[in-house]
Amino acid sequence: MQQIINFIIRNKSFLLYLLLFSLAFVFTIQSHSYHKSKFINSANFLSGGIYNSVNNVSEYIHLEKQNELLQKENNDLKSLLYNTTDSLNRSFTDTTYSGISYKFTPAIVIKNSYSLSNNVLLLNKGRRDSIQQDFGVISSEGLVGIIDNTSKKYATVISVLNTSSQISAQLKKSNHFGSLIWNGKSPYLVQLTEIPKIAPIEIGDTIITSGRSSIFPKNIPIGTIDSFNLDTAQNYYVIHVKLFNDMTSMEHVYIIENKDSNEINKLINNTNE
Amino acid sequence: MNSLIFTHTFRFIILAMFQVLVLNHINFLGYINPSLYILFILLYPLKNNRVIFIFVSFLLGLTIDMFMDSGGVHAAAAVTIAFIRPFVLKFSFGAVYDHQTMKFGNVEFGSKLTYITILTVVHQFVLYALEIFNFSKIILTLQYTLFSSIFTIILCVLTTIIFSRRNK
Repeated sequence: MQQIINFIIRNKSFLLYLLLFSLAFVFTIQSHSYHKSKFINSANFLSGGIYNSVNNVSEYIHLEKQNELLQKENNDLKSLLYNTTDSLNRSFTDTTYSGISYKFTPAIVIKNSYSLSNNVLLLNKGRRDSIQQDFGVISSEGLVGIIDNTSKKYATVISVLNTSSQISAQLKKSNHFGSLIWNGKSPYLVQLTEIPKIAPIEIGDTIITSGRSSIFPKNIPIGTIDSFNLDTAQNYYVIHVKLFNDMTSMEHVYIIENKDSNEINKLINNTNE
Repeated sequence: MNSLIFTHTFRFIILAMFQVLVLNHINFLGYINPSLYILFILLYPLKNNRVIFIFVSFLLGLTIDMFMDSGGVHAAAAVTIAFIRPFVLKFSFGAVYDHQTMKFGNVEFGSKLTYITILTVVHQFVLYALEIFNFSKIILTLQYTLFSSIFTIILCVLTTIIFSRRNK
């Protein structure tokens, strides 16, 4: 017993090093697996608060560009509104009778990253605004990511530029779908895999979300095909998709809540059992 | 003694904030960000309680991780260089370090550069090995390590030169 204690005292710095290193290693592994980074994330009052106050100042720099983006989006929505072919047939839904299944919440990106291999964004909306894990996040241009952790006032988003993110996507012109992943190289290109060889694809085709998961509705634009090649088994395409979004400059985003997601997930889980 | 603790607490906060709010947004050539915060570990007093030193380094790394949402990669890298620092000190400064008389202000530049270089390269390697976390991307890991090490070393040396002048 004496010897064990002596050993511990003699090697205490090494043992402490081992302990702390393995602790850091556990945190790292957790951050690499989807939805597991529970303890160390920036959605807490300290880092969230600091990022928020810094963003209050720095958002003025991008104000002009963001205004242009918002004006463009307004323009698109206006043209949609006034160009509806038969305005008589527009169905007026009773909102109390949950006719709307997607609820949108505007948010501002207060921290963005795109140079790491696991990029995470921080938004200024949290549990207080009824934001929860697995809500989708889009911008006016296209897809951004999925909510991961939430605190009272802030939420972290697993961006599409994250090697652990996996989002269901499809071709716009046919219904062939695959999953969208990122190889960690360019912040402008993501990869769409598992598209069968039979699918008719061309460079420049548009990729949209498939609506097969309960997170995103269908038809959210993602990007256009930049290049493609067959995978090693020669059965599926690996498509490089050029994002519509400029992930390096994000300011205004929308959080999508699918009101039916609980019901859908419950149904799927029941079927699987 | 108290002023020493105060100085280092101040340095801890300033370096962590500077790293998080300024340096992490440089993205030179798309991905290169210098990790200047390791200057805290490099310039920590030589006569120290090793256990506390390792623990403080871990805390510093964890603070950076918390802001960057990177899990524990900075904590792992920081605690590693804190642990190997005595060996690197002995290697790069030799006899001067053994006699316990050296100060960072009055050592020769060559050995100081060796000291900073070794610790920075180790730090960046552990950092990117854990962040990329993929053996098949070892070339990418080494490439990131090389470029951001160069950037970090230059910045560390410049910072020590600038701030040492003022003290004299």
